[in-house]
Amino acid sequence: MTKLPGKQMVVEALKREGVDVVFGFPGGAIIDVYDAMEKDGSIKHVLVRHEQGATHAADGYARATGKVGVCIATSGPGATNTVTGIATAYMDSIPMVVFTGQVPTSLIGNDAFQEVDIVGITRPCTKHNYLVKDVHKLPTILKEAFYIASSGRPGPVLIDLPKDIQNQVAEFDYPDKIKLRSYNPVVEPHTRQIERAFRLIEKSKQPIIYAGGGVIIANAHKELRKLAESIYAPVTMTLMGLGGFPGTHEQSLGMLGMHGTYCANMAMANTDLIIAVGARFDDRVTGKIEAFAPNASIIHIDIDPTSIQKNVKVDVPIVGDCRRALKKLVRVIEEDGRPQEVWKEKFQPWWDQIRAWEARHPLTYKKEPGVIKPQYVIEKLYELTKGKAIITTEVGQNQMWTAQFYKFDEPRTLLTSGGLGTMGYGFPAAIGAQMAFPNKLVVDVAGDGSIQMCIQEMATAMEQKLPVKIIILNNQFLGMVRQWQELFYDRRYAATEFSVTPDFVKLAEAYGAKGFRATKPEEVEDTLKKGLETDCLTIMEFAIAREEGVFPMVPAGKATTEMLLV
Amino acid sequence: MKHTLSVLVENEPGALSRITGLFSGRGFNIESLCVAPTLDHTMSHLTLVTSGDEYIIEQIIKQLNRLVDVYKVVDVSEGEFVEREMALIKVRAEDETRAEVLRMCDIFRCKVVDVSPKTYTIEVTGPESKLKAVMELLKPIGIKEITRTGTIAIQREKKTV
Ligand SMILES: Cc1ncc(C[n+]2csc(CCOP(=O)(O)OP(=O)(O)O)c2C)c(N)n1
Repeated sequence: MTKLPGKQMVVEALKREGVDVVFGFPGGAIIDVYDAMEKDGSIKHVLVRHEQGATHAADGYARATGKVGVCIATSGPGATNTVTGIATAYMDSIPMVVFTGQVPTSLIGNDAFQEVDIVGITRPCTKHNYLVKDVHKLPTILKEAFYIASSGRPGPVLIDLPKDIQNQVAEFDYPDKIKLRSYNPVVEPHTRQIERAFRLIEKSKQPIIYAGGGVIIANAHKELRKLAESIYAPVTMTLMGLGGFPGTHEQSLGMLGMHGTYCANMAMANTDLIIAVGARFDDRVTGKIEAFAPNASIIHIDIDPTSIQKNVKVDVPIVGDCRRALKKLVRVIEEDGRPQEVWKEKFQPWWDQIRAWEARHPLTYKKEPGVIKPQYVIEKLYELTKGKAIITTEVGQNQMWTAQFYKFDEPRTLLTSGGLGTMGYGFPAAIGAQMAFPNKLVVDVAGDGSIQMCIQEMATAMEQKLPVKIIILNNQFLGMVRQWQELFYDRRYAATEFSVTPDFVKLAEAYGAKGFRATKPEEVEDTLKKGLETDCLTIMEFAIAREEGVFPMVPAGKATTEMLLV
Repeated sequence: MKHTLSVLVENEPGALSRITGLFSGRGFNIESLCVAPTLDHTMSHLTLVTSGDEYIIEQIIKQLNRLVDVYKVVDVSEGEFVEREMALIKVRAEDETRAEVLRMCDIFRCKVVDVSPKTYTIEVTGPESKLKAVMELLKPIGIKEITRTGTIAIQREKKTV
């Protein structure tokens, strides 16, 4: 067995966990780990310009690959700068391990220079966290952190490393496998529950599959498709679920919820059976809870028991891994033996109703001569990329237009902050995704507000020679908040109008990147073509209709059938 | 409805704070909380009294189980159980009330554990209802100070084989 100092244990653990890239920013309390990484030389480090950027980049890397994202920061301000990114990953169940430096153990609690209780601060927004006080425990802690982050319902885990621990030496006995007596997520769903679920499906006349981010996390997209096709049921997805079922599939009703399609929301309101898979009945989906799906029985598949029966009463709870549960359910359906046509015929009246809703209010927008409509930009982006790009978004209208008008056919192609709604997420996440897939087209769809929250990472992308594309839908407003003010606050635009915005084309050039701008609809396609073809970091700015809104919209607290339409 | 939860948790720094943080962060009630070591020094035992309807209690139990450090959660109030709490009550005991206080101690089987010229400190043990009754009766005499342990509880074993 080998003796190693704590700092080297960290590097060894990263290697054994197959980590090929980490995102970080150094400082005095973590300098030793950096030194060990430098000496070792086998782990790629991406130096960001702000620790928030490191966390979102690690998160984007994790979402794009399914692997654990890793980031590093120093103590004090470095550590507190990671909090938004950690909370973002926590809300969307993203596997991540965050290392922070800490003052030496002898100084902890003394208000030492750059001391902050980051373990206390992040307790409610990590899946688990550790303050390492004994170097002998470090190998186990490292193993546990990766295991906890990536198993069950994934999430971020933080390890706080005091400076003296980084330099103390102990046996490095890295466990291959780990078993924790107090942490055993249930992955295998109960067969009896699956059978009960099938009986509900049999009885149903108007079922709908409601798929969330859990489908993507569990890599259950193939099984989901099998289920949907074998019983010919309509599928609607949450924002996090987009790509979990092909958006261009004839059975897809698109996204549901606050900015979901008319058809998806009407179908949810009128269904007699919701088959929820890896989704959590969040308020943006249910609207006014008392009016939510009044006639529906509910089957709920989720790996996290706390998600079940949290917001709505469930008839058949199925705790377990989505993929395994769907596999089992599909097997029961196959054993039953009814071919697809039989189900199709059974649900025909339901489908007729759904197609009528679709025809009544399809997703649409009003074209106006001379002004660029943001939806048009997204439609063109979809056409030009043939739906094959990895798209990240910021938060606000840009995010919703992307969700509505880009059709995601594959999982892990939309990376967006759903749960926390973090402005500034998209661009660093695109950097993380591009690090993972250097040859794929990675595009961040941004608003002029959000992009300025992590714009400093332009330097990071240039330094790493990452050809990330940024599309800025510039309305010179904090558009989504402005939309609420327009609709519900008598158009009093308190603090939502920007009177100063940088010249984004010049800004791109200042960083050595490329910049293009379109101000007329005729220029949109050309600008996109030019921008998407570059081999370097590129900003494409579109001066869009300033007061364009996102519709349909369910006002907060209203029933999902009370949609405001175009 | 009141529920008494018995929680076994890893004896790790921060474990208790994860549990109390969970309650405050999610808006659940803690009416009392009692923590002590167990025979196995790597575990701590917690008795937690909380309240809520069946859905809230279900959520509380699931959320507790979700914490990586929590080994086991049992709602002891689901079945037959014994609960006890202890209070130390410093009560005014001057000439005209000294005998009265002692009489009450006798009736409720309390113990006098400290005596001063003007006070008695008495120890009372029992279910919360008994503590409440004693406190009600002592109040008019004059309670100077009181400390309580919070409830601890244990499930009853089956009486039949
Ligand atoms: C960090 C953060 N601060 C504030 C908000 C609240 N918020 C939600 S959407 C929005 C407006 C976003 O504006 P912009 O990025 O320009 O996008 P648009 O809605 O105009 O497309 C704001 C301020 C948020 N989601 N995140």
